[in-house]
Amino acid sequence: MIRAQDINENSPWQDLTPGGEIYEPGTARLFNTGSWRTNTPVFHEEACKHCMLCVPFCPDSAIPVKDGKRLDFDYMHCKGCGICEEVCPFPAITMLTGGAAK
Amino acid sequence: MSDRLSGNEAVAYAMKQINPDVMGAFPITPSTEIPEYFAEYVANGEVDTEYVTVESEHSSMSVCIAAQAAGARAISATSSCGLALMYELLYVAASCRLPITLACVNRALSGPININADHSDSMGARDSGWIQIYAENNQEAYDNFIMAMPIGETPSVRLPVMTCMDGFITSHAVENIELLPTDVVRQFVGEYNPEHYLLKKENPLAVGPYDVSPYYMEHKVQEAEAMKAAKARILEVATAFEKISGRSYGLFEEYRMEEAELAVVLIGSTAGTAKAAVDRLRDRGVKAGLIKIRVFRPFPGEELAQALSGTKAVAVMDKSEGFSANGGPLFAETRSALYDLQQRPHMINIVYGLGGRDVKVEDIENVFARLAHIAESGDIGAVYTHMGQRSREETA
Repeated sequence: MIRAQDINENSPWQDLTPGGEIYEPGTARLFNTGSWRTNTPVFHEEACKHCMLCVPFCPDSAIPVKDGKRLDFDYMHCKGCGICEEVCPFPAITMLTGGAAK
Repeated sequence: MSDRLSGNEAVAYAMKQINPDVMGAFPITPSTEIPEYFAEYVANGEVDTEYVTVESEHSSMSVCIAAQAAGARAISATSSCGLALMYELLYVAASCRLPITLACVNRALSGPININADHSDSMGARDSGWIQIYAENNQEAYDNFIMAMPIGETPSVRLPVMTCMDGFITSHAVENIELLPTDVVRQFVGEYNPEHYLLKKENPLAVGPYDVSPYYMEHKVQEAEAMKAAKARILEVATAFEKISGRSYGLFEEYRMEEAELAVVLIGSTAGTAKAAVDRLRDRGVKAGLIKIRVFRPFPGEELAQALSGTKAVAVMDKSEGFSANGGPLFAETRSALYDLQQRPHMINIVYGLGGRDVKVEDIENVFARLAHIAESGDIGAVYTHMGQRSREETA
């Protein structure tokens, strides 16, 4: 079985799955979609109360959580929509214009 | 087991014998009877099929795609504008490599609106990635449908299959037919056991993901290779089918092509008419022969070139108008296939039988008369003409 992680833009056609089928879940993690981010959120940890409101609002699951605390943004998947900044009750998230990370 | 059935009944009966998992059904003349008969089988409990009535052919093919991706064996039947409405999904089925089986009862495409036979519907879908197998009569329509799944479902092929027959001429005319015992059909077709399918819970699957430029072409090459591989598989299945039925099939049928100097190439029910014309001409000592194309996709180019290599003049007869202003689709394929021959026959294209326009034995004899003149004089005249229309000029 061909796994998604074994396929890349150098793979010959013989090594791709028929019709582009994907045989495992969660493979979007492997795909860098942060490259077309329009604006960039910045996380201010000192102002964050870890209320977790931003996490479920993120349409791209780009806010990782560990041990009940949110971590810095996953810029490989963040598109810069700014919803997190909108819902954050504290000054813990600000937006920068443009897609460059940090 | 001998019976008398119409082409639609014969195909519906083949479907019943196969007992597929899902049918996406929407009626359209002249294929309406197929889902109609099948609905009766469902209502009588004679099949286990999930019969999904939908609001359009776009939906019936969508049902088939979803069902086949889930791991089921899915079928449908349609004609003309119904096939046209499926157009988008035909490509999806093929590119997702889902071996759906579709009975296409050939009918003219609108417009002008017309319900009678020609091949404009399936010819419009000829580049969609579907295998296309055409029948001359009811027996072949039945046999082709039974052979479709073992062809399409083969892992090296994995392509959907369209079995075609001429609307009304074949679909509605009742003919004698030899039916196979149901257990023999079931054993021949076998179970559908894809390696990957959506309902396989141990192995989550995504079907039909967005294909960015760095991948799209590779997947199209896979599809093209699968279509090439289908040719050998079609012949393999035909050999196996001959063992259970005694009936022999190839990529095309050569009728009295031994030492033939003049040949007609065509598709479908007109072959019966053409065979009668060939017989008459052979009785008069004319070396006439016929090639009836059975498999149009994949196109048997090399084999056809070989079969026509000894002829002097060939008429390719298209039962659809491609509006290329350069001849019909069968002509384009056939003439291209013969290009690599060292010695090529003269070749003309005759578009005929559109929207159910009748073609008689005498019409085919006229075509052969034209070929005889071309072979003798070397003067081809007009390469691309129409036959059977009223005209102020003489036509053939």
